[in-house]
Amino acid sequence: MSRPEHTAPPEIFYNDIEAEKYTQNTRIINVQAQLTYRALELLALPDDKTSFLLDIGCGSGLSGEVLSEEGHEWIGVDIAPAMLDVANEREVDGDLFLQDIGQGFGFRPGTFDGAISISVIQWLCNADKKCNNPYRRLARFFGTLYTSLARGARAVFQFYPENDHQVQMITSAALKAGFTGGIVVDYPNSAKARKTFLCLFAGQRDGQTQALPQGLSGEEGGMAGGIQFESRRVDDRASVRKGKRKGIKDKEWIQNKKEQMRKKGDKKVANDSKFTGRKRRPKF
Amino acid sequence: MVRLLTHNMLQCHVKNCTNGFPLRFQDPVIEQHEQEINKEFLVNMLPRIDWNALRTTVDQLGLPELPAAVPENPAEDEAFLAALHRALMEVNIQSGSMVCPECEHVYPIRDGIPNMLLSEDEV
Repeated sequence: MSRPEHTAPPEIFYNDIEAEKYTQNTRIINVQAQLTYRALELLALPDDKTSFLLDIGCGSGLSGEVLSEEGHEWIGVDIAPAMLDVANEREVDGDLFLQDIGQGFGFRPGTFDGAISISVIQWLCNADKKCNNPYRRLARFFGTLYTSLARGARAVFQFYPENDHQVQMITSAALKAGFTGGIVVDYPNSAKARKTFLCLFAGQRDGQTQALPQGLSGEEGGMAGGIQFESRRVDDRASVRKGKRKGIKDKEWIQNKKEQMRKKGDKKVANDSKFTGRKRRPKF
Repeated sequence: MVRLLTHNMLQCHVKNCTNGFPLRFQDPVIEQHEQEINKEFLVNMLPRIDWNALRTTVDQLGLPELPAAVPENPAEDEAFLAALHRALMEVNIQSGSMVCPECEHVYPIRDGIPNMLLSEDEV
């Protein structure tokens, strides 16, 4: 699997093209929505109450739309201006900020009832500039996030860890900042459906220590809606083997080509007949 | 868009800047977006709002004045909640900038999105 964070820093990787992809590709939209619903579930917010949430790395506001749908008010921060412009065009309900989360947040203590983040914090493990120190950036990120959360609030991060070292680096930075909690893995036995969530608690809720939620398990098709992976390419290959693939140079293509040549007019082009584009028999 | 609700939660996050609240608006362009009132949410948010800072900002932007103090039972004071809703949720700052009162750092607002990026020596 290719990892975008190896390609370029986030503010450069998520350019206009990538931003457009994020709003037009229905598969990306569905995956984002599902992850957001799961993250909300893990947040365990009180029912029937409008909460004030922080969406870290909100991008084009796909997860924010889910939050609005569920009746929450939210603020989104992202480092990629192109993605925020798309979010602005889509007229999302939350307030948007251009912010580098590794530089920390400027929110007053106790502002938010919760924070979610979908596929973002693995970006913090990279040093994109010489002056960036991932450990220091993670520490500042979790430190300022901890203060901006209300007591007992939760923060749920879905992320794609590259290796065990990254997981350890992220969790230890979070625990050092004062959070409790840990990693929740959904569908641990499936390579494709497996999703890693970092579920953090900023203090106790109702005077009780919060317990880490259970990860989902079972069949990899268990994720509601059922999008797991792109199988188009595999299908293509299979059909070649069976010889079912449609020829590229069919009758329509040939006629189109001939028409082009006639318009050009520098060569004599054969007339169209009932034999045009027809296959010869093997016994020809 | 920057709503006053968000602005009230925002402070300067430059390193060693301890008293950067509330951020001062400079050349603000104000827009009003009507929104449905959610009384329960307003009441829940009230304890988190710095009332004096909100009044200062409202005064600075030349908006209708808010009462000097929060009434004792805000949940039942319809007129108060309506005024609060108008100020907190419906006022949007589209462009201009926010300036830290202590370190004078300027956070420019473009298309309603404030740029909160800091330079390396400010982190």
